[in-house]
Amino acid sequence: MDHSVSIRDLSLSFGNVRVLEHLNLDIGQGEFIVLLGPSGCGKSTLLNCIAGLLDVTGGQIFISGKNVTWEEPKDRGIGMVFQSYALYPQMTVERNLSFGLRVAGMDKKEIDQRVKRASEILQIEPLLKRKPAALSGGQRQRVAIGRALVRDVDVFLFDEPLSNLDAKLRSDLRVEIKRLHQRLKNTMIYVTHDQIEALTLADRIAIMKNGVIQQLADPHTIYNRPTNLYVAGFIGSPSMNFLEGDLIGGDQPTIRLESGTTIPVGGYEFETKPKSGSTKAVLGIRPEHILVGEAAASMPYQEDVVIEIVEPMGSDTLAYTTVGGVSVSARADSELDLKAGQKLRVGFDPGRGSIFDVETTNRL
Amino acid sequence: MSNPAQLSTNVALDAVDNKGMRLEGNHGPRPKPFFTPKRIVLYSILFVACLYYLFPLYVMVVTSFKTMPEIRFGNIFAPPIEFTGEPWVKAWTSACTGLTCNGLNPGFWNSVKILIPSVLLSTVVAAVNGYGLVNWKFKGSEIFFSILIFGSFIPYQVMIYPLVMITRELGIYGSIWAVILVHTIFGMPILTLLFRNYFASLPVELFKAARVDGAGFWRIFFEIMLPMSLPIIVVALILQVTGIWNDFLFGVVFAGTQNYPMTVQLNNIVNSAQGSPEYNVNMAATILTGLVPLIIYFISGRLFVRGIAAGAVKG
Ligand SMILES: Nc1ncnc2c1ncn2[C@@H]1O[C@H](COP(=O)(O)OP(=O)(O)OP(=O)(O)O)[C@@H](O)[C@H]1O
Ligand SMILES: [Mg+2]
Repeated sequence: MDHSVSIRDLSLSFGNVRVLEHLNLDIGQGEFIVLLGPSGCGKSTLLNCIAGLLDVTGGQIFISGKNVTWEEPKDRGIGMVFQSYALYPQMTVERNLSFGLRVAGMDKKEIDQRVKRASEILQIEPLLKRKPAALSGGQRQRVAIGRALVRDVDVFLFDEPLSNLDAKLRSDLRVEIKRLHQRLKNTMIYVTHDQIEALTLADRIAIMKNGVIQQLADPHTIYNRPTNLYVAGFIGSPSMNFLEGDLIGGDQPTIRLESGTTIPVGGYEFETKPKSGSTKAVLGIRPEHILVGEAAASMPYQEDVVIEIVEPMGSDTLAYTTVGGVSVSARADSELDLKAGQKLRVGFDPGRGSIFDVETTNRL
Repeated sequence: MSNPAQLSTNVALDAVDNKGMRLEGNHGPRPKPFFTPKRIVLYSILFVACLYYLFPLYVMVVTSFKTMPEIRFGNIFAPPIEFTGEPWVKAWTSACTGLTCNGLNPGFWNSVKILIPSVLLSTVVAAVNGYGLVNWKFKGSEIFFSILIFGSFIPYQVMIYPLVMITRELGIYGSIWAVILVHTIFGMPILTLLFRNYFASLPVELFKAARVDGAGFWRIFFEIMLPMSLPIIVVALILQVTGIWNDFLFGVVFAGTQNYPMTVQLNNIVNSAQGSPEYNVNMAATILTGLVPLIIYFISGRLFVRGIAAGAVKG
């Protein structure tokens, strides 16, 4: 596969602060990559390095097969969209869109054509004569996207483009960005700390922490087979339930929790067969994989519990209870009409969960 | 620069007043009576301050329209009995400054010739400095800036002699160019600080977006940064125009006799030894000299506030 963007051994420090260290990332042609991680983990820094707005401390960046590590931003074939829109306040929308083309010295007819096409795609034609101050947040962000669009770039870089918008607009524009990607088939690198955006938009998600990519995989894998405890806890809302105990290997591996409860984990696909002794391990189960009531009857592990707190969420209901001495949350059908204090049976299949080594925090 | 101070007092007053508001319930701020004790005290103080500054001005204006005999008669607070415009004409055209008797008129034009290039040059250079220091940081740019700011704490007097030597070496000592150079140098620390802080307050994404769009150092400066800098340019202009117009020292030292600015000429008129002092002419000359900064304050004071307000609404 020829890569659209390749990052080799990239390092970047601000003075003594090392933000990125030996980072490697290959992005395929036309791929939609989302960089997801907590605040301050280096997402924007990585994006700025790709854009050429920061001088790297070490390593190389290739875009469309060309080594662009020391190229100017304009020569990299990238367009960038910022959280704060960054529209030039004194220029009309039209002039905002055409600024990059005018700088490049393109002739007027070509500029007009490109501005027209971009404004059609983004449905901002009626706004062309306005100044940014007279636009709503959603309209501003469309113009900002248009500014990258007119320049006909290979790679779009988005730095939390939707974070300043309200929830409704955010989901509208999210769909629109996805549609844009399907239509243009450009490579897109998209920074966010909103999991929903990441899961809905991405071909692959890169989960970052402290400047290190923890896992790079498609959303399904990230969600169902997180590579370590950090990724498991970061993705999903409410987050995964963690049951800590001793993993006892052998033909019928089990996990013994501190409370003495044992959970058979024979159905779990280990990455490597567990050693026969006992290791400290964590079993992670997503709330929706803990079944409540009659549905629990067929599960490999079952327990009778008392529901402690109920949170109706509309389509489903979150129930908080204690399993094996550990507080857990379970996502149940709202039809069940759960009540706090209710006694019933819950159950889950450890095979659908994830098991991590406590020491290395990696998936077992 | 009294405007920002005034603004902030108003804001502070509003904040104090707003504390009186109750948050519960639906009603907005209570309509306030105009004569609260706070206001009475405030306006009384302002009134006294105004009197303090306006009274000497009043005496000057009145005296400048009197004839000499009337002035000698005393009673400096009384309005002129016999109204005359002649002292003004004399001050402008024929009052003696040392050897020549052409009035303030040549001095005025000298000042203008010094003022315009000095103000433009220092403002433009400082704007570029500030922009460079914020957006194109280079190795040691922080140190460069610190040294520049440190420069503003060195007393002028210390630098005059070296500057005389430098300008003499450059061959411009005793010409208008020497004064312009000196004004530009001495304006640099404060103006650079002003512009640097202003540019630092603009969102850095704007600069990044322009870079991605392919614009370089000057293009970003002229097409993106400058159009957004009107408020700070106005502030810089006010500072420089009043500062340079009121300058005496650099004019006397560097300009050379035939280029003396208005302030120096005024001094020569007032201090010329021949005959008895003509108070009416002196007063008229003084007012004429002070007129330019005065007008600047009146016009730009409004622009100043408007500029700041315009900057504030921009998202
Ligand atoms: N100019 C700078 N000088 C020094 N440190 C910086 C600079 N810019 C960023 N950092 C540091 O680098 C780290 C990564 O910052 P970055 O902006 O990449 O985070 P981020 O993942 O984009 O976070 P967010 O989600 O809040 O935008 C942070 O710890 C930040 O403090
Ligand atoms: Mg960021």
